[in-house]
Amino acid sequence: MKQFDYIRASANSDVTRTPDATIIAGGTNLLDLMKLEVMTPDKLVDISRLDLKQITPTRDGGLRIGALVTNSDLAADMTVREDYAALSSALLAGASGQLRNKATTGGNLLQRTRCYYFYDTDQPCNKREPGSGCGAMEGANRLHAILGVTDKCIASHPSDMAVAMQMLGAEIEIEGTDGASRTVPLSEFYLIPTDPAVETVLQSGELITAVTLPAPAEGNQTYRKVRDRASYAFAMVSVAARIEVSEGKITQAAIACGGIGSMPWRDPAVEEALVGQEPSATLFSKAADILVADAAPKDGNAFKVPLARRTLIATLKELTGVQQ
Amino acid sequence: MTDGSNISTAELTMNEPDDRNRLDATVQGLIHTGMDRPDGPLKVSGRATYAHEDQPADMMTGVLVRAPAAGGQITGMNAEAVRKLDGVRDVFHGKTFLRNPAQGTANEAPVQPDGKISYIGQPVALVVADTFEQARHAAHMIELQITPEDAVTDLDVAEIETPKDKQSSQGDLDAALSDAAYTVDETYRTSGHNSSAMEPHAAIAQWDGGKLTLRGSYQMLKYNVNELADALGVDAENVHILAPYVGGGFGSKLGISHEAVAAAHAARELGAPVAVVLSRQQVLEATMRRSETVQHIKLAADADGRMTGIGHDSTVSQLLDESFAEPVSQATPFLYRGENREIGMHIKRINRMCAGSVRAPGEAVGITALEIAMDELADVSGIDPVELRKRNIPDVDPSDGREFSSHKLAEALDDGAKTFGWADREAGKTDGEWLIGYGMSSATRVNMLGESHARVTLNEDGSLLVETDMTDIGTGTYAILTQIAGEMLGVPADRVTVRLGDSSLPKAAGSGGSWGAASSGGSVFVACEALRKKIAETMGVEERDLTLQDGVATANNRRADLPEFTKNGPLTVEGTINKGDTQTDRRQATFGAFFAEVGVNSVTGETRVRRMHGSFAAGRILNAKTARSQCLGGMTFGIGMALTEELMFDKRDGHLVNNDLAEYHVPVNLDVPQLTVNFVQERDPWANPMQAKGIGELGICGAGASIINAIYDACGVRVRDLPATMDKILPGLPDM
Repeated sequence: MKQFDYIRASANSDVTRTPDATIIAGGTNLLDLMKLEVMTPDKLVDISRLDLKQITPTRDGGLRIGALVTNSDLAADMTVREDYAALSSALLAGASGQLRNKATTGGNLLQRTRCYYFYDTDQPCNKREPGSGCGAMEGANRLHAILGVTDKCIASHPSDMAVAMQMLGAEIEIEGTDGASRTVPLSEFYLIPTDPAVETVLQSGELITAVTLPAPAEGNQTYRKVRDRASYAFAMVSVAARIEVSEGKITQAAIACGGIGSMPWRDPAVEEALVGQEPSATLFSKAADILVADAAPKDGNAFKVPLARRTLIATLKELTGVQQ
Repeated sequence: MTDGSNISTAELTMNEPDDRNRLDATVQGLIHTGMDRPDGPLKVSGRATYAHEDQPADMMTGVLVRAPAAGGQITGMNAEAVRKLDGVRDVFHGKTFLRNPAQGTANEAPVQPDGKISYIGQPVALVVADTFEQARHAAHMIELQITPEDAVTDLDVAEIETPKDKQSSQGDLDAALSDAAYTVDETYRTSGHNSSAMEPHAAIAQWDGGKLTLRGSYQMLKYNVNELADALGVDAENVHILAPYVGGGFGSKLGISHEAVAAAHAARELGAPVAVVLSRQQVLEATMRRSETVQHIKLAADADGRMTGIGHDSTVSQLLDESFAEPVSQATPFLYRGENREIGMHIKRINRMCAGSVRAPGEAVGITALEIAMDELADVSGIDPVELRKRNIPDVDPSDGREFSSHKLAEALDDGAKTFGWADREAGKTDGEWLIGYGMSSATRVNMLGESHARVTLNEDGSLLVETDMTDIGTGTYAILTQIAGEMLGVPADRVTVRLGDSSLPKAAGSGGSWGAASSGGSVFVACEALRKKIAETMGVEERDLTLQDGVATANNRRADLPEFTKNGPLTVEGTINKGDTQTDRRQATFGAFFAEVGVNSVTGETRVRRMHGSFAAGRILNAKTARSQCLGGMTFGIGMALTEELMFDKRDGHLVNNDLAEYHVPVNLDVPQLTVNFVQERDPWANPMQAKGIGELGICGAGASIINAIYDACGVRVRDLPATMDKILPGLPDM
């Protein structure tokens, strides 16, 4: 670990006034990366004492989640469990109890990929060291993304929480260097890896202060995670979905997928194919085809194409009660 | 009062079977019970000092530097610049450093390549600093100048050696196959594995004059002392190793490793204690791996399922100049009948970290593949898998006609089938999306004995002291030696002290190859029997007429408290056991049977084990609890081998891709369901005077096959390339 300066923030402005500092909250990912010198910040600003730990209702019936609410607390929150069940499930499907006790909401959104080549400083990685190349492209790529990839990077986004939030239509509250806040929909927060080192629209000195969820929507929701072992493994494929059926027709559909995209993947075309239709295995199969239509698999992750299809179909069946 | 006359020796060489069943006649009631480990409270309260926890004052910390290329010669490095970094005391490299750890029982230093690189991850330098953080950063800042050399990083293009002494053939397998009613002819693949013990490899070296004390985490101290001394160029008598507690070994700590030699070298140069602990990445990249295997298995059986031939041809890999080759087919010659046999073994030379012992080298992967093949034979012949195995249990070792010392495979199969409810299993069972299946396999592992010494002292207060350089690598050595000594001499467990893991104590065989309990326990037994004779002599009775219980000797209606026998000072006997003719006169092996129920998800191909049972026969069980724990651990390894564990290499440059526990998937709690273990009653007089056989590895030997066979039963997908990850099952599932 390279030596670094440490600032303990006592106000949001301590963060926004030091744009050259790297923010640390729970540190569950950053500390690992610093030990391996995958990340070598000169300066850390510790936000863990800021007053960003509340979960409060919003005026329009939604929920505002402070950026420092831990994954454990968020998963256990009664409102989340009752009204945003997919989010609670997703949180509990991630990491381990110990990590969830430390990991924060804002930090979870910003966790880095688990790409093996990103983690190994002797290997090329355009995300860690722009221009050095991509080791995964022709190497080991079982974990990697099949959607939203470029010829520079095929890393997948590892978060479970963010997948559920993407499905729920979350928005990110960001405080800027001028002290003003802006709101970015999560669907516009992440970037396609044309420049793999730049993963989000977050600018230097900006601080995520909260995630807001819209008012709870009708319909059944779930989070399904497919992984190599029963616990403590990243998703090969995950699906967060909410489906409302009324009078035999799908009236609302929200679907996001993990494990397959460079970001928590939400494709409006999949949802559009479902809305207004009668739920059926055939319909779900068609929607699943749309999901993977642009997939760009490699040798090691080609199985994610059928796996994502099948998992989406099964999830939609479960939510709509379609048999067979 | 102690004087030399109270110290004597006793020795036994196992040339004859010992069927006296002494431990059935003793009455202390310790042996076989599930006595708690004496060291348990220390371990769960953090008071047991592991290698890196007994830290001397003014200790410095060293961090090893990793070679970034699979082949080359180091011609220089920026050591001068790194020496100037904060806290750095020095940078070491060169001819002292090991290429790879020593193999088990090597007794001499492994290759010291003087800057020649043979694999990515090879530790090539050590940076020592005042703090761990300073050393780690400075190690990261080392830039090596390397003259590249050719390296073989792709197994597909590696050269194949076929050692003559590892091929054998009897009868005519081809003819047997063409005459057979049923045959199997398939190729199976197992992945490379790493033991990934909880405690990483660690050492603290401290010199006092010309004498080295090394606190380390090793399995076989008498060999480790010689290996370390050889590596450092000093006399073995100047090397003292302490390893009182070892946080898991599984073979990875059989031989001296990088951290010990680097720490000792640096401590000598700096004149201060130096600690070196491998990071998890270094454990995976630089300690022993189990070779991946390719196993071509041929089985021939007649219309009744009686086997007429077995072929087992395996290919493994290894670094250049290392003689160890995973002995894949070690148990194939004797497990099943069949007069026509071909055993083949090939080695591919590759620039990867050294291949060596990982829990049950040979049978762990060899029996697993063979038992998948047996399931295929059961399938083609329509014979129940348990029945098929029972029909093929040989009367004698079919490869050389030797009798078995004791053979309880049939009993284990029956006991396991009954306990598991094999006969009542339901075909085509489902649970929601989950397809439920059942599978079984046999277990076997060769049994060994190694020369071992232990000193047992009857103290003046009637308590016992047992001393040997034997290690307890989590297996329960402290417990079983307490039980053997207490049982033999009639002393309650809380009055028995066992001292282990100190190379200055009498030399034991060490922990490895499942021989630790038999060997170190055997030497304690021999010493205790001699002490019993001394007591009997004093009482004027024959030793066999003596009853010892709760500190009291009884014979011929006379009673005497044990302190009456130590009026002239403590009585000490150094006991020795040696292997002898019984090792070769009989085929000695342990046997067992595994039964597994799995669910295969019909949507995703995910497999989860729902329950698993093992019935094992390993002679006398010395401690029912620690023996059971060994089997649970072995079966858990089997789950990992079957479903998740795989060392993944990038064939372009040869580096290990998944070098941490986030991506090298050992089973976690949720992957391990209810496991049950039974022991089949057995006494093996040919093994040792306790009639006990090794139990440390049997639980993994074939365990994975029961799971793979259950997957086939569940969904019809026959996985022949382990681990059975979802991508291998998915193509065989019904379309959606």
